[in-house]
Amino acid sequence: MTDTVAQPSVADAKAAPDTMAWDSGLRRLMMIYLPLGCFVLILLFPFYWMAITSFKPNAELMNYKEHNPFWITSPTLAHIKHLLFDTAYPRWLWTTMLVAVGSTTLSLIASTLAAYAIERLRFRGSPYVGLGIYLAYLVPPSILFIPLATVVVQFGLFDSPMALILVYPTFLVPFCTWLLIGYFKSIPYELEECALVDGATRLQILRRITLPLAVPGLISAGIFSFTLSWNEFIYALAFIQSGANKTVPVAILTELVTGDVYQWGALMAGSLLGSLPVAIFYSLFVDYYVSSLTGAVKE
Amino acid sequence: MSVTTLPPLALAHRQPSWLVRLFDYKPFLVVMCLAPAIGLLAVFLTYPLGLGIWLAFTDTTIGRKGDFVGFENFQYLLTDSLWWNAVFYSVVYTGIATFGKFALGFWLALLLNNHFPFKSLLRAIILLPWIVPTVLSALAFWWIYDPQFSIISYLLVDVLHVRSTNIDFLGSPWPARFSLIAANIWRGIPFVAISLLAGLQTISPSLYEAAMLDGASAWQRFRYITFPMMMPILAIVMTFSIIFTFTDFQLVYAITRGGPGNSTHLLATLAFQRGIAGGELGEGAAIAVSMIPFLVFATLFSYFGLARRKWQQGESND
Repeated sequence: MTDTVAQPSVADAKAAPDTMAWDSGLRRLMMIYLPLGCFVLILLFPFYWMAITSFKPNAELMNYKEHNPFWITSPTLAHIKHLLFDTAYPRWLWTTMLVAVGSTTLSLIASTLAAYAIERLRFRGSPYVGLGIYLAYLVPPSILFIPLATVVVQFGLFDSPMALILVYPTFLVPFCTWLLIGYFKSIPYELEECALVDGATRLQILRRITLPLAVPGLISAGIFSFTLSWNEFIYALAFIQSGANKTVPVAILTELVTGDVYQWGALMAGSLLGSLPVAIFYSLFVDYYVSSLTGAVKE
Repeated sequence: MSVTTLPPLALAHRQPSWLVRLFDYKPFLVVMCLAPAIGLLAVFLTYPLGLGIWLAFTDTTIGRKGDFVGFENFQYLLTDSLWWNAVFYSVVYTGIATFGKFALGFWLALLLNNHFPFKSLLRAIILLPWIVPTVLSALAFWWIYDPQFSIISYLLVDVLHVRSTNIDFLGSPWPARFSLIAANIWRGIPFVAISLLAGLQTISPSLYEAAMLDGASAWQRFRYITFPMMMPILAIVMTFSIIFTFTDFQLVYAITRGGPGNSTHLLATLAFQRGIAGGELGEGAAIAVSMIPFLVFATLFSYFGLARRKWQQGESND
C-alpha cells in the first residue's frame, strides 16, 4: 500500500524538480508570508499612527493636502512637553505605578500562599477551593463595579488609590493562583518529602525549596498582574474622582479630552507614554508572557 | 551520611518554640495560607456580587439608602427601549466580534505554526495589541475614525480614489457599531491566536504523517485532525472571550460613550451611565444583573456545545 502512495510523488519530483520548487516557493509566499504580512501591518498600524501623531506639529496633523500623513516633515516634542509640564501627567504615571506595584505585590503574596495550600498541603476539599477561586475569575468587573463602589464608600476608601490596590486582587488572585498551581505541580514532590524527612517545617519547605524552584512562575504571575492592573479601567473610573489621584488610562480620557476640538497630538503622546512602561516590561519578559498566557488557558 | 546530618536537625526539632509548632500544624497552616486570598475575594468579590443582586431589587441612589421594591427595576427595564437597544447591540457585538476574532485568530495561529525565520520575534510583536492598555489603543482608533482626518478615509479618497467623500465612522448608528466591532476584533486577535497556537503545538505530528500516508488533503487534515484536537482549548478560550466581550466597557466608553443617539450602548456602559454617572445605583445594578443570564447561557452554550465531543468520548482523550 505504501508503494502505491509513494510512487506518484516520486514521479512528480523526477519530472519537474525546478517547477516544483518554484511553485512551492510562490505558494509559500502567497499562503503564508502575504497573509502574515497583512496581519502584522494591521495589528501594528494603530501604534505607528499613535507614535507618528505624537511627534507631529499641529499644522501637519490637520493638513493632509500638503503633508504626507504617513510621515513627519518637521518632528516636534511640543506635545510631550505640554503633557509633562502643563498637565498632571507625571502624577498620574506615579499613581498608576503605585497602584500596579501595590496590587501586584498583594495578589502575589495571597495567591502564592493559596496555591501552596491547595496544591501541596492537600487538605480535604482542596480541589473545591481551587474550583471556587477559578470561578471567581469568570465574574467580570462590569457586573461588580456598582456594588463595589458602595463597598468602597463604606470602607471610606473612595477617591483613594488604596481602594484600587485592594480591589484589583479580585481579578489578579484567581489568575495568579491558577498559574502558580500549575507551576507547583511541575515541581517534584520528592524534593519536599526529602526536606520533611530531614525535619524541615512546612514554612521552611515553602521558603527554601518550593519558592526558589517556582521563580519562573512567580515572574510570570507578577508581570502579568502588573500589566493587568496597569491596564485596568472601569474600577479606576468609578472609584476615583479627583484629578490628581487618577490612573493614566482614566486621566487621559477624562482630563485630556476637553472641549469640541480634541488635541490629538497631546492625546496620542499621552497614550504612547502610558503604553511605554508595559511595552518595555513586555519586551524584557516576552517568553514569560507567552508561557503565562498559554499556561493559564491550558490549566 | 544521614548519621552526620541527623543530630543538629533532630536537636532543632526537639525544642521548637510553640509558634513554629503552631505553623507546622497542618490545619492551622492551611487556614493561614488560604486566609489572604479567600478574605480578599470574599470581601471584594462575593460580598459585592450578593450586594449587587440585592441593590437590583431596591431603589437606592447615591447618598440615599433604598428600600426593597421587588421586581420594579426589572419591570421598568423591560419597557425601556434603551435597555432593549443595549441588549440588542451587546448580542450583535459579542456575536460578530467573537466570530471575527476566532476566524482571524485561528488563521493567524495556523500561519504562525509554520517554520520561518524570526518566528519568536513575530509572535512577540503580534501580542502587542493585547498588552497595551485598551483605553489607550481605543484612543488611537478614535483618532483613526476621526470624521475629518481619518487616515482610512484619506487612503480611500485621496490615495486609492475609491470613494469621493470621507467615511463618517462614528456619526451614524450602524457605521459606529461596526467601527467598534472592528476595534474589538483588532484587540482580540492576538489573545486568540497565541492561545490557539499553544494548542496547535501540542498536536502530535505523527497524526498528520499518518493522514498524509493515507492520502488526506490539506483541508481533510484540518477538518479531521486539527479541528477536533483543538476543540477543548477552543471551548475554553471561546468561553473566556464571550464573557469578556459581552461585558466589554472600555472600548465603547472610550470611543463613542454610547453615542450617536445611544445606539452603541452595551449593557455595561448603560449600567455605568445610569448607576454611577446618573446616581441611580439600584437601576444600574439591575442592568448589571440582567447581564448574568446571558453570560450563564453563553458560557454553557460555548462550553458544552464545543466540548460535547470530549465528554461523549469520555475523559480519556484529554
